[in-house]
Amino acid sequence: MTTRIDRRMAKLKNEGRPALVTYFMSGDPDYDTALSIMKALPKAGADIIEMGMPFSDPMADGPAIQAAGLRALKGGQTLVKTLKMASEFRSADQETPIVLMGYYNPIYIYGVDRFLSDALASGIDGLIVVDLPPEMDEELCIPALKAGINFIRLATPTTDDKRLPKVLQNTSGFVYYVSMTGITGSALADTGKVAAAVKRIKGHTDLPVCVGFGVKTAEQARVIGANADGVVVGTAIVNAVANVLGPKGDKTADPAEAVATLVSDLSQGVRAARLAAAE
Amino acid sequence: MDKPATPNSFRTGPDEQGMFGIFGGRFVAETLMPLILDLERHWNEVKNDPDFRAELTDLSTHYAGRPSKLYFAEGLTRHLREVSSAKGRGGGAKVYFKREDLNHTGSHKINNCLGQILLAKRMGKKRIIAETGAGQHGVASATVAARFGYPCVVYMGATDVARQSPNVFRMKLLGAEVRPVTAGHGTLKDAMNEALRDWVTNVEDTYYLIGTAAGPHPYPELVRDFQSVIGTEARAQILEREGRLPDTIIACVGGGSNAIGLFHPFLDDRQVRIIGIEAGGRGLDGIEHCASMNAGAPGVLHGNRTYLLQNADGQIMDGHSISAGLDYPGVGPEHSWLRDSGRVEYVPILDDEALEAFKLTTRVEGIIPALESAHAIAHAVKIVPDMDKDQIVIVNLSGRGDKDVHTVADMLGMEI
Repeated sequence: MTTRIDRRMAKLKNEGRPALVTYFMSGDPDYDTALSIMKALPKAGADIIEMGMPFSDPMADGPAIQAAGLRALKGGQTLVKTLKMASEFRSADQETPIVLMGYYNPIYIYGVDRFLSDALASGIDGLIVVDLPPEMDEELCIPALKAGINFIRLATPTTDDKRLPKVLQNTSGFVYYVSMTGITGSALADTGKVAAAVKRIKGHTDLPVCVGFGVKTAEQARVIGANADGVVVGTAIVNAVANVLGPKGDKTADPAEAVATLVSDLSQGVRAARLAAAE
Repeated sequence: MDKPATPNSFRTGPDEQGMFGIFGGRFVAETLMPLILDLERHWNEVKNDPDFRAELTDLSTHYAGRPSKLYFAEGLTRHLREVSSAKGRGGGAKVYFKREDLNHTGSHKINNCLGQILLAKRMGKKRIIAETGAGQHGVASATVAARFGYPCVVYMGATDVARQSPNVFRMKLLGAEVRPVTAGHGTLKDAMNEALRDWVTNVEDTYYLIGTAAGPHPYPELVRDFQSVIGTEARAQILEREGRLPDTIIACVGGGSNAIGLFHPFLDDRQVRIIGIEAGGRGLDGIEHCASMNAGAPGVLHGNRTYLLQNADGQIMDGHSISAGLDYPGVGPEHSWLRDSGRVEYVPILDDEALEAFKLTTRVEGIIPALESAHAIAHAVKIVPDMDKDQIVIVNLSGRGDKDVHTVADMLGMEI
């Protein structure tokens, strides 16, 4: 069964360029603004959308995404509303893949079966659940695969060759290579090491490999994209929202426009990636 | 939820996946998985290694002061018999205290820290991190780090830094760096998030010394095993002293390490009633408590599935307790399993009931208990007058209360 993610990745492979995967926090700073940001992403050049599901205790996230999640929760965001937002987006865009990213507890409390059927109905294509390693595949990964939703796994620098097959076993859609040990938003790792890691993962799988954690600029997107099938940008986008929010949450400029400006710039980066590599 | 069938033994968990029934597990980011598997490998190597056991026993004896005494609390027993007589009941069980407050560093936390620092040494780690609520685990971690020459970073909620200042000072004297955490309510939950963020960043050289019987497998098992010395000793001591097992044993439960340490060796003694005390805070009606097993629901946080205080969207709530050590919205997974299996009862004690027990114990026993332990004593105060004189209750006096004198003075409106 091919999914929107498979189709999008195949199309970009034909075009000969890496995907730009953009993360935004659903509900940050409020539902309507976040929806306008989401709608602006494909127009600005995003190929795949990662929708952050806010969680009170994001153990693997740095200060920027922690703060974004808290703003969203304060703005009244819930998993119900996140699915509603995806569904509103999907009614106008049938092609851009949507990947939900977050932590397990809100899904567990929502109920796994109910969540999967509602996620499918809302046009969700994939899931990244940070605190569900392969050892816990029975919880959500296997049911998601059966339901036809991609379960995208994170591989990290600590995932050695012995462990990689286990990590890749039930992964589909793409593999998300976390370029360093640490939390989201830290400094970008040595790009040479990243390229070597992508090559190592590709030795174990035919799935596309996208690289994230630490990519903030078009230039970084270009360099990382030269050797990867996709470049994930999260913290920089979340910061673009935060930067136009005043101390009391009032907007000093349009967050959707601020995000679109950044994403257009990043998209130039991924579009130049293979040109540079070919030089 | 269906009640699980009663097992032949309550002492066999966790299974190979680190589960106690539906509770426990390894809900962590992939970055940490290889570290947790490595820890499990080393733990399985050392847990039955006589050399490791011998080194730990030697330190426990000569450095920490074990075995801790089982003390007949005659003053409290006499007081509760008077209460019983006044009610026309004429009863009042004998109350014993397991004196973990007499350990080096003043609480049960040293038992676990000595075990884990020896494990860290075996694993060749170079740096220790820990989270702390009341500061008891932070002090114990800083202590063993000093003793074994490791740099140590302790994450502590900013609220707790303020209300447990004597312990903050002790940690600094011991050479640890205390990093206040301002996220959330600035309590134990937030400190644990930050410690996990440190660990996920510094995977190469860092040992995460978790202070309670919670977190991803194998932590709940290994912390329990290091703390089980409490129950193993208490069981032998009461048999020696009274010639029989106690009728009831009581301990306070935050994450639940002192409780599981006391309870575990008694779990298959079915005639012994086992009671865990949760922080009832200002009452279970609102959200100002930490009674996750009485007012929460199963969920996933900090690497394990367990009872949690959470809302309908699965967001974790900040609890409240007068006692920083019980101020945590979850509980160790084995307690959740013992709750659902019906083997252990878990009941809440309110802030003001704990405070009364704190004052009473100080007055009639000349012992200042930790506010955490005062919760367990408060429950004994409730039930002992209705028991018979030939019955026996053991309360785990998990720590000393010197650290709490500022909090208590504030509550009583007194100046120090």
